[in-house]
Amino acid sequence: MSSQQSLVHARALTKRYANGFTAVDGIDFDVRPGKAFGFLGPNGAGKTSTMRMIACSSPVTEGTLSVIGMDPRTQAREIKAKLGVVPQHDNLDTELTVRENLEMYARYFDIPRDVANRRTDELLEFVQLDERAKDQVEPLSGGMKRRLTIARALINDPELVILDEPTTGLDPQARHLLWERLYQLKRRGATLIITTHYMDEAEQLCDHLVVMDKAKIVAEGSPRQLIDQHSTKEVLELRFTDAVREDLNGQLNGQLDGLADRIEELPDRHLLYTENGERTLEQVNLRKIPVESALVRRSSMEDVFLRLTGRSLVE
Amino acid sequence: MTTLTQPAASGALATAWQRIWRARRLVERNIMFYRHQWIIILSGVFEPIFYLLGIGLGLGAIIQEVTLTDGRVVAYAAFVAPALLATAAMNGAVFETIFNVFFKLNFAKIYDGVLATPMGITEIALGEMMWALMRAALYAVAMFVIMLFAGLILSPWGLLIVPAALLVAAAFAAAGLAGTSYLRTVNDFDVPMGLVVMPMFLFSGTFFPISIYPLPIQVFMQATPLYHAISLIRGLSTGSVGTAQLWDLAYLVVFFAVCMWIAMRQMERKLIK
Repeated sequence: MSSQQSLVHARALTKRYANGFTAVDGIDFDVRPGKAFGFLGPNGAGKTSTMRMIACSSPVTEGTLSVIGMDPRTQAREIKAKLGVVPQHDNLDTELTVRENLEMYARYFDIPRDVANRRTDELLEFVQLDERAKDQVEPLSGGMKRRLTIARALINDPELVILDEPTTGLDPQARHLLWERLYQLKRRGATLIITTHYMDEAEQLCDHLVVMDKAKIVAEGSPRQLIDQHSTKEVLELRFTDAVREDLNGQLNGQLDGLADRIEELPDRHLLYTENGERTLEQVNLRKIPVESALVRRSSMEDVFLRLTGRSLVE
Repeated sequence: MTTLTQPAASGALATAWQRIWRARRLVERNIMFYRHQWIIILSGVFEPIFYLLGIGLGLGAIIQEVTLTDGRVVAYAAFVAPALLATAAMNGAVFETIFNVFFKLNFAKIYDGVLATPMGITEIALGEMMWALMRAALYAVAMFVIMLFAGLILSPWGLLIVPAALLVAAAFAAAGLAGTSYLRTVNDFDVPMGLVVMPMFLFSGTFFPISIYPLPIQVFMQATPLYHAISLIRGLSTGSVGTAQLWDLAYLVVFFAVCMWIAMRQMERKLIK
C-alpha cells in the first residue's frame, strides 16, 4: 500500500518516553480515506501513544509516520489544521460556556466569524446540546461533555477525526447516542480513527481493525476477517458450580477433551470453540458433565483477543 | 503566502511573525472569559491608588521631600507614585501569569486542547504574555492618568512612561510564565509571592531610596527587576534621566528575553511528552 493512497501511513513507528518505557514498538499500519479504522487493545497496549503521535501532540521517537501526506516532525501545524481530535480525557475550556468553547476553538483554526457561528449552530444541534449552549461546561454530564468534545473536534471540518476511547466511562444510553453520531459522521465520508477496549464498539464502528498488545500489533483485518481467522463460528460457554469444579479438579478438562476445536479456561467459566454450539452442548450432556449453566453465542472480538494474547480485553 | 519559495532567513522570519500573529487568539480567549468578569480586572486599578493615598499622603506628611540619586529634591508623593506605577504593572502581569496560567496549565488542561489546533507552544506562551501585558498596561495607564492630573509627573520625559511601563509589564509577564511552569502544587505559590514578589515590592526603592540600606543589600536590590523598573519609570517621571535608565532598559529587555525562553522551554516540557 503506498503512502499516497493512505491518510495515515506508519512504518516501524516507535514511541519511547524519557523514562525509557517503550509504549509503541515498531508498528506498521495504513489508514484508508473514508474508512473507520480501529485500534483495539487493553489499557497500556500503546493505543493512546499511537493516537498522540498521529495528532502531532507527541513526537515520534523512531520510524516513519505521514499524516494526510505530511510529516508530523516538520508540519505539525499544517496537519493539525486538518485534524479533529477527541482526546481520552476531555480537555474542554471550563472557563467558557458550551457555545464559547466551539466559537473559540474555531478562532484557533482561523475560521472566519460568520462561518464559525454557522458551524457552531449546526454542531450544537448535531450533538444535541443546542439547549445547553449558554451553560457552563462543568455541570454537564459525562456524556454531554464527550459530545461537546466531539462537536469541538468537528469545528474545522476535519479530513481525519481521531477518537481516543470515545465512550469509555459512559452509561449505555450515552454510548449508543455517541455511536449513532459517529455512524452519521462515517456516512458523510469522514475518515475516523478510533481506539477502544470495547469489542462491541470495535465490531460496530470499525471497517478495519488492528489489535494491539504490549506495544505491538498482533493482528489486523476487518472484524469479520479477524473472527474467521482467529476463532470458530460459535462459542459454548459453560459454567460449573464451585463444588463441581473442586470435585472434578483436574478431571474436568479431561472430560471436555475432544468436544471442541479449542477450550479456554477462565476463572468463572469454560469457553468451548466450535462450529456448532448446540451440537457440542448435546455432546456435553451425553457425557453427563454436571453443567450449572450453558450459553451458545457467536464468536466476537473478545474471543479473538483471548486467542491472540491469552488474556481478556477488559478488566 | 508561499514561505517555501523564500530564502531560509526570511522564511524563518515569516514563520516567527505568523506565530506571533496567531498568538493573539489566546488574548481573544482571555477576553472571552473576562468579558463576564470585568470587575476582577478593574479591582487591580484601585490598588496603586490606595497605596498612593495611604502611603503617599500619609508618609508624605511626615517625610515631605526626598533627594534623588542626582541630588535633586522632589516631594515624597512624586517620588513614590512612579514606583507604584511600576509595581502595578508588575502585579498585573505576575498575578495573571502565575495564578491563572497555573490553573490553565495544571488543572483545567486548557492548553492540551489548544495544542490540538494549529496553535503551538510559542503561540500559547506569547499569547498569555500579551494578555498579561495588556492587563498590566491598563493599570499602568490608569496610574499614569492619575499622576498626570495630580501633578506628579515633573518632566516631559514622562511621555515615555507608558511605553516604558509596557516593557516592565512584558518583563514581569515573562517572569511569571517562567516561574509558574516550575510550580507543582497550589502551596508552591507561597514561594514566588511571599519570597520574591512581596520583598521586591518593599525593598526595591519603592518607598525609600535604596541608599538608606547597607551596601551589600543595595547591590542585591539592584539585581532585582523591580528595582530597574522603578528606576526607569521614576527617572522618566522626575526627569532625572541618565545612563542609569539605559542600563534599566537593557536589563529589562534581556530579562524579558531570558524569561520568555525559559517559559517556552518549560511549557514544552510540561505539555509535550
